[in-house]
Amino acid sequence: MTATARVLEFNARVYRRTWRGGLVTTFLSPVLFLASMGFGLGRFVDSTGTVGDALGGVPYAAWLAPGLLAASAMQTGGFAATYTIMGRIRWDRIYHGMLATPVTIRGIVFGELGWIGVRLAIASGAFLLVMAAFGLVRSPLGVLALPAAMLTGLAFCGPILAFTATQENDQGFNAIFRFGLTPLFLFSGTFFPIEQLPEAIRWIAWLTPLWHGVVLTRSFTLGVVDPALAVVNVLVLCAFVAAGTAVALRTFRRALVR
Amino acid sequence: MYDAGPMTGPAPAAAAVPAQTAPLIHARGLTKRFGAFTAVDSVDFDVAAGEAFGFLGPNGAGKTSTMRMIGCVSPVTEGTLRVLGLDPAIAAATIKAHLGVVPQQDSLDMELTVRENLVIYGRYFDLSRREARRRADELLDFVQLLDRADSRVEPLSGGMKRRLTIARSLINEPRVLLLDEPTTGLDPQARHLLWDRLYRLKQRGVTLVLTTHYMDEAEQLCDRLVVMDKARIVAEGSPRELIERYSTREVAEMRFPPGVQETLDGQLDGLALRIEHLPDRILLYSDDGEATLVAAHGRGLRPETVLVRRSTLEDVFLRLTGRSLVE
Repeated sequence: MTATARVLEFNARVYRRTWRGGLVTTFLSPVLFLASMGFGLGRFVDSTGTVGDALGGVPYAAWLAPGLLAASAMQTGGFAATYTIMGRIRWDRIYHGMLATPVTIRGIVFGELGWIGVRLAIASGAFLLVMAAFGLVRSPLGVLALPAAMLTGLAFCGPILAFTATQENDQGFNAIFRFGLTPLFLFSGTFFPIEQLPEAIRWIAWLTPLWHGVVLTRSFTLGVVDPALAVVNVLVLCAFVAAGTAVALRTFRRALVR
Repeated sequence: MYDAGPMTGPAPAAAAVPAQTAPLIHARGLTKRFGAFTAVDSVDFDVAAGEAFGFLGPNGAGKTSTMRMIGCVSPVTEGTLRVLGLDPAIAAATIKAHLGVVPQQDSLDMELTVRENLVIYGRYFDLSRREARRRADELLDFVQLLDRADSRVEPLSGGMKRRLTIARSLINEPRVLLLDEPTTGLDPQARHLLWDRLYRLKQRGVTLVLTTHYMDEAEQLCDRLVVMDKARIVAEGSPRELIERYSTREVAEMRFPPGVQETLDGQLDGLALRIEHLPDRILLYSDDGEATLVAAHGRGLRPETVLVRRSTLEDVFLRLTGRSLVE
């Protein structure tokens, strides 16, 4: 417990020196996404008058925004588990320094996950605020979209943390983004319901975290929750977090204690 | 307690090792394997409280692996290891709370300031923020970095980073300080400043365990050392004892013009107690180097340059392994 708190504190100290650089993008990127896709593309989609039913009768912008919220949490959580962590394992050897103290591997893994949770809270919170400002949160249940998005981010963060600790250098990250996160971003119900896709591809959505995050987040901001489905979504996301964490504990140990 | 001013800490331990106290570090048959590769092959050693103990050997001799096992960050493959009387396999956290570690590569956080690096490290040891800050300033004073306290770490020189790493390793007031090649890569001035600080720590009773491949470092700092080569300990003793046991009082070095050294067969016989042929010079081991040179001159030998010096640990290592320490 203490070790985890100390790793969180370390991250908070680093963040205190670096947060200014990221603040503008934290707010600007949802504004740009929602303005262009939500309203630009949305007005175009809504004007065709044929897709309303497929979206449950809501404007495209309100349907798309929670999808983008979940997808951006995926990006944030996934990215946070790559270069920074690799640097601390291999380049600056920060964790070697920590392990010379009573801080443990568990403390490092849980502390980093916890901190990325904090980062997700900040980024997803900002995204949700921008959505609310645009009138795209249509239900008080929308506040639950924040933990839903955070959980989505962590479902990617855990497994990618585990992967990062197995890598000698940063070349593997490109593959993760190009062949992992980007296709999921496009085919997980962010931009259109996956019912539009062939069943084989739908299975990919069902078995990976983003679709569950998108559906869960969307159900909250639209205020249309199917409890059974929501439970499944939460369980799947938690399973990815748990499995990722369990494997990360092993790969971190292998990378740092030999 | 580590300020550069008048000493207030506990009285320094006597240089001689009190035989009745249990050793702070105790190793028997200590072995480390990585797959089929044996990095440390059944070594035995004891380090007593207040002692400065060294592992001297070339790169790859197994020094760092040994240090990492002592530091509880590398599981022991075989044999017994006790640090502060405890087994690293079961009491790592307790042991680490009393160790200071200066790793071979600095692991400072470049994004934090000099002071913050110390404070957060103190926090890892569960110091209160206030206490961590107090000790940080005291230690920065000790390593002469107080004026850089609010600077970022990145622009510091190599010597300053090393000093900061040493300050950091002292934040928990460790009983044992592990230093893995503390001055490798530093310029002579930075090395001497560092040695001075380490000497002061030793005076204050901190037990120092260090690895080095610099024989002058070992001679300067160590009360006692083991010579390591190819995963094994090949000799043990104080620097003086080792030199007396394995070398002569003096060494006469002769350097010949290129090509000449290979033609000297037989001409050197009987000139010295032992003769070593290095690629670029010949070492004649004797108790009176000057006399040896005179005798060589008498035989008509005309080296380009000559040098008479005292034997060093380098000579001990050469004698024991047939190779130089630093290639």
